[in-house]
Amino acid sequence: MTDFAPDRRTALGLLAGAGAALSGCGRNDGRTVLQFWAMGNEATNVGQILPEFERRNPDIRVVVQAQPWTSAHQKLLTAYAGASLPDLSQVGNTWIGELTAIGALSPVPAEAADLQTDQFGAVLGTMMIDGKAMATPWYVDTRLLFYRSDILAKAGYDAVPQDWAEWKKSMHAIKRAAGEGNYAILLPVNEFEQLQTLGLQGDDALLRDNETRGNFASPSFVEALAFYKSLFDEGLAPLASSTQISNVWTEFGRGYFSYYFSGPWTIGDMKAKLQPAIQPHWTTAGVPGPRGPGASAPGGSSLAVFKSSDKQAAAWKLIRYLSEPEVQARFNVITGDLPARQSGWNAPQVANDPYIAAFKGQLSRAKPLPKAPEWERISAEMQIVAERMVRGEFTPAAAGREINRRVDRLLEKRRWMIEQGRAV
Amino acid sequence: MSSTVTARERAAWGFVAPALIAIAVFFAVPVIAALLLSLTDFDIYALADLKNLRFVGLQNYERLLTNPLFWGAMKNTLWFSVLGVPLAIAASLFAAVILNARTVRWRPIWRVVFFAPYVTTLVATAVLWNYMLHTKYGVINWILTSVGLPAVDWLGSPATSVPAILMFVVWKIFGYNMLIFLAVLQTVPDDLYEAARIDGAGPWKQFRHVTLPAIAPTLLLVSIISVAGFFQLFAEPYVMTQGGPAQSTVTVLYFMYEEGFKWWNLGSASAVAFILFLCIFAVTMVQLWASRKLGGDHT
Repeated sequence: MTDFAPDRRTALGLLAGAGAALSGCGRNDGRTVLQFWAMGNEATNVGQILPEFERRNPDIRVVVQAQPWTSAHQKLLTAYAGASLPDLSQVGNTWIGELTAIGALSPVPAEAADLQTDQFGAVLGTMMIDGKAMATPWYVDTRLLFYRSDILAKAGYDAVPQDWAEWKKSMHAIKRAAGEGNYAILLPVNEFEQLQTLGLQGDDALLRDNETRGNFASPSFVEALAFYKSLFDEGLAPLASSTQISNVWTEFGRGYFSYYFSGPWTIGDMKAKLQPAIQPHWTTAGVPGPRGPGASAPGGSSLAVFKSSDKQAAAWKLIRYLSEPEVQARFNVITGDLPARQSGWNAPQVANDPYIAAFKGQLSRAKPLPKAPEWERISAEMQIVAERMVRGEFTPAAAGREINRRVDRLLEKRRWMIEQGRAV
Repeated sequence: MSSTVTARERAAWGFVAPALIAIAVFFAVPVIAALLLSLTDFDIYALADLKNLRFVGLQNYERLLTNPLFWGAMKNTLWFSVLGVPLAIAASLFAAVILNARTVRWRPIWRVVFFAPYVTTLVATAVLWNYMLHTKYGVINWILTSVGLPAVDWLGSPATSVPAILMFVVWKIFGYNMLIFLAVLQTVPDDLYEAARIDGAGPWKQFRHVTLPAIAPTLLLVSIISVAGFFQLFAEPYVMTQGGPAQSTVTVLYFMYEEGFKWWNLGSASAVAFILFLCIFAVTMVQLWASRKLGGDHT
């Protein structure tokens, strides 16, 4: 019975051992360890520009944790609920409202206010919640068209048309030129960005009444739904979700689709993953709008420090470094991410990149998305209904009403919060 | 009632107390907490500040019952169970009977081969099956087209997504049930088969009149475990289709996961959990009742 009688020292020893095991990855060498979450392409590549930061700040060590984009939003919320947020993170611009609403973010301190200069206005606007800047833009992006210039030429086009009607005509021509089994454009039915862009191009706002109700049955959104649906109905886009396209670059190289809707990170992917023979035959162009060059959402990521972190000063030092125009220009070369600081665009490697020019034009036409904290879920519901519409369950007008019905329900709590004066 | 009985009773309570406390802390309290949670609108706003929490009564349940996606998830779960349970049991029983036959050689190897899918990582195998089911490059469609059949868009069409995932699930789990069946098959006395053979019974009659009655209790156990398992199907559609296409593979548990951990509507997610619990409970009761009706005193 008394063979194993742990005394106080053994118990302390066990505890210390467990503690050391838990903090093993942090090797206590007196340096401040910053936990930094990054996503996708940025997570893969940010390690290449961090040695310079650590050289300049020998007392700080940065640990990058990579998160996949598909679950990053949910991981941030889960980490908040479980009190295990990192010190700072890359944050999708549309999530800032939500993270601010739950009180997870530390506002930009006065001494970092200068980081907010030299930025794009539309992007900066999405970080301002209730008059306070909650994050600092890291890179900007917007989505536009990547296309196969050789197939377009074969179809009789030397450039991407500027409005929907002409654009669709070009798709029919591509469909004929690309051959049996191939399509003109890839619109994965589980991705909301394409439809969101088409909807944003219209005159009507996506939400109404201080962003407490859906406005998806508006004439311009229904027009967007109808256009989106017609691309599938007329056989121009495959009825497939992104999980079914095992390798986008192989398929693009094979001519399975000629228009690919994506953001600047795809420049790097195209350069790295397309076969050499295809390299001269792809480029970028702005998205056509209903009646002339269209808008798209100002996307990108920002860098935010969490309120829970006790290393605020060190975290802002890292953000200051990552916001330097030269560092951003270097990161652009590695990832294709477009510098958030406008002076970063003057760096020759950015200014002379032929693929980037179209992004400049597209960014100048960017239109902000609603800032309701529920936006992430709203866009998910929008896409769910749109997929059902594409599969024949709804007409465009009925789909608009159905999205409204779902969105109004989602925003019920927000309406109550505003009535109570607990939200803006 | 003498005082000695009270002392014995006290001792008895003392012995069961640790177990009861563990059950109370780790089972009863969370269940009651979840029940209370399901009567509130706990969401990210409440996560930030508990003052934003409202007691909403049965509103979560009412909204679920008017939510087409919830009914869709119920329907999909039912499809998975109705098709999957008999399929999984049939496959595992078939494999067990074959492996139990004396004529089969290298039995340990076959056992390992059939059991291997069960112990391999689910996500890795799901990704592998995703490739096998690929519309253009998958080996399954390659087989279909090479014998002249049309290729099937397995995971891309709402009509075939459930069968495609079922194929994978059955392949993944039949080894486990097979082991249970194999164990019980080896307890069936050989004299029974011998007697049946002398009476002129063929393999089917032997199976029907000797094997089946002998393994009936195990069959019931396996069917209850399988029903509970299929009702809680989650990871397979999560990895393979993310609930698509057109939400045809959203199961109740997947729905609960999205409500709770993707969108942090914990009130609504708790309500889903309770409804799911009631469903599994009801089905198990029906199974027990049916087995009593059919099999007599096995349970």
